[in-house]
Amino acid sequence: MSMPELAAAHGAMGRRRLISLAVPGLMLAYLLYVALAFDLAGLAGRARWDNGRLLLQDFWSYKIHVTRDNRAGGAISASVEGMRNATFTPEREPEWINPRADGGREIALPQDHAVTLAGEGAVTLTTPEGRYEIRPTATGIEVEIPDPPENFSISDKLFAADLPEGARLTVTRSRTEIFRRQTGWELFFFDLSSPFSAMSWSELARHALSADRIRPEQSNIAAMAQDFWANSVWHHGDVAWAMFETVLMAFLGTFGAGLISLPIAFMAAQNFAPSRGLRQVFRRFFDFLRGVDALIWTIVLSRAFGPGPMTGSLAILLTETGTFGKLFSEALENIDEKPVEGLRSTGAGSLSRARWAVIPQVAPVILSQLLYYLESNTRSATIIGAITGGGIGLMLVQAMQTQKDWEHVTYYIVLIVLTVIFMDWLSGRIRARLIKG
Amino acid sequence: MTDASEIAAAYRAQLARRRSYGALLWGIFALLMISGFRLANERNAGGFLDGLPHVLDYPQELVTEAIQKVANLPGLMWAAVPALVETLNIAAFSTILGAIGGGIVALLATRGLAPWPRLVPVFRRLLDISRAIPELVIALVLIFVLGGGPVPAALAIAFHTVGALGKLFSEVVENASLKPVEGLESVGANWVQRIWLGILPQVAPNWASYAMLRFEINIRASAILGFVGAGGIGYELRNAISWGQGRYDAAAAIFLLLFATIFLFDQLTSIARDRLTHGQPGSRAGGQI
Repeated sequence: MSMPELAAAHGAMGRRRLISLAVPGLMLAYLLYVALAFDLAGLAGRARWDNGRLLLQDFWSYKIHVTRDNRAGGAISASVEGMRNATFTPEREPEWINPRADGGREIALPQDHAVTLAGEGAVTLTTPEGRYEIRPTATGIEVEIPDPPENFSISDKLFAADLPEGARLTVTRSRTEIFRRQTGWELFFFDLSSPFSAMSWSELARHALSADRIRPEQSNIAAMAQDFWANSVWHHGDVAWAMFETVLMAFLGTFGAGLISLPIAFMAAQNFAPSRGLRQVFRRFFDFLRGVDALIWTIVLSRAFGPGPMTGSLAILLTETGTFGKLFSEALENIDEKPVEGLRSTGAGSLSRARWAVIPQVAPVILSQLLYYLESNTRSATIIGAITGGGIGLMLVQAMQTQKDWEHVTYYIVLIVLTVIFMDWLSGRIRARLIKG
Repeated sequence: MTDASEIAAAYRAQLARRRSYGALLWGIFALLMISGFRLANERNAGGFLDGLPHVLDYPQELVTEAIQKVANLPGLMWAAVPALVETLNIAAFSTILGAIGGGIVALLATRGLAPWPRLVPVFRRLLDISRAIPELVIALVLIFVLGGGPVPAALAIAFHTVGALGKLFSEVVENASLKPVEGLESVGANWVQRIWLGILPQVAPNWASYAMLRFEINIRASAILGFVGAGGIGYELRNAISWGQGRYDAAAAIFLLLFATIFLFDQLTSIARDRLTHGQPGSRAGGQI
């Protein structure tokens, strides 16, 4: 190698080395700038970790509330998460709640804690360390604990104790409440109005197989299915509809866009467009559809069509018409022209050339892109649903905004993720079959 | 009957069967599309045919009012620029984070390169799962814990980007030549050195191209997440829309800004990707008819 060549090679290597150092350096500088712009340092102060803890707890467990109304009559009831439609009848209260002769309850809590609710309202909390008496009165509460443990908070209006494993006791003049956490999702299969909710798995199986009908008008299996579908806590029927709507939006949007954009893509492909000017017009048209973006389309369309799955489908359809128009016209530009030449030599017209020489070449590409976008649009449809008011996205946002039913949020998330994974798997299967065989 | 005519008959029968399968598939597809649209139409608040004449009402009102107050537009657009910068920052930050994460997981999930071959399926499932979870879900959960602002959106998009880019990256790596890696291994290079010097130079153009495509997608995602409450231009747009008539100029300004941004980055990334994967701009080979 001669000297100038060597010097040139060294120069090129030096430049490469500089780039390979400069790119990570620039990236690092940018990340630092963003950390400042996003105020990452202040984030820890603003974060609400108690919210996070609550959320994690609620993901896999639920609370049973035992409530005594201290104002009117002193009625005691036990319910799931304080829901009116999930209140236990006295004979079906959980086994850790024991009735007393005076109408009160003995409530066992985890780790040797217990609460006694007397019929006339006095509360006794028993912990391994001692016994504490709390009495609600007409004006506040009476409590005499000279040296309260750290987990108690006491004022003349409120007594609250955080007990192990998420249990909690609060006493005010209006109500006494005891929370106890249970693992699992409450009443997931049947709500309390259903005769099946108290049965164990083996009992359910026995009833499903036996001919003795619990409801005379339908078989036990049909009754179970109906009670599950109409569960008033989890609303399985509505959730299934919402999930279906979301998938429907993705399906209609994706394939509708495919049908519309394929003929137009010919006009935007270099080798098919009748003139350069027309090609530019169609290309800009596709760019416009894509540039407006699903967000803006959703807003504009929901003004005309109102909320619902049709609006979401059309928003996806319009955006993806732009995407597919671009992708398909690129695929058309990359075809092999030999089959086209062959057909032309037999005197075939342009329509039959397109049908027999072009479509067979681009069909696998088009199909595989359509299927790929079907899966990705299932995800988009959840978020478009949240904006336009349809499908599982809306349910998710609503459940999150009430900030209470986190187990429902988990349920929706699990459903969405399973559906997306299923769509991914399905589109992969179809792609492999249609393209290879 | 001669052999040739038998073959021809068999061929025709096969062809007829294939055509009838094809027709059947198309029939099912058409049925699904039609019944799907009818169902979606029924469950929509307003019908398709009733709404169709009004599709242009809103854009028209917006445009008329924006033209009347055209003097306000530059000021309003300028006022929305900080929010736009935030949206772009969310997109860029999450793309970089996602590309780094996706690159690392992709290398760990590629057979022949992974330092722990037994864990390859684990990393693949990890990519599948992070790809399957919609950004919206993570963003909403993080907003609840971390409060509003750009960080939840950025983390949510980054998480999804890890999965999306990781899959594409690992497809690129699978096609990379292993010879440089073997050469480096023979001189005693460790795993990081083998990857850094043997693999990254090969895959960098394609990785960069995919990352740019993702950046453009992430701009859209961060705008749309803003609309659900994660800050940036989406949030401003939502406020501007809720002001309603009389303040349409504000909404129009943000619409315009957002459109221009997405359009610009769509074109920019398209040109840059073309250069990265094809070498010279516009050198795509295309058949002519």
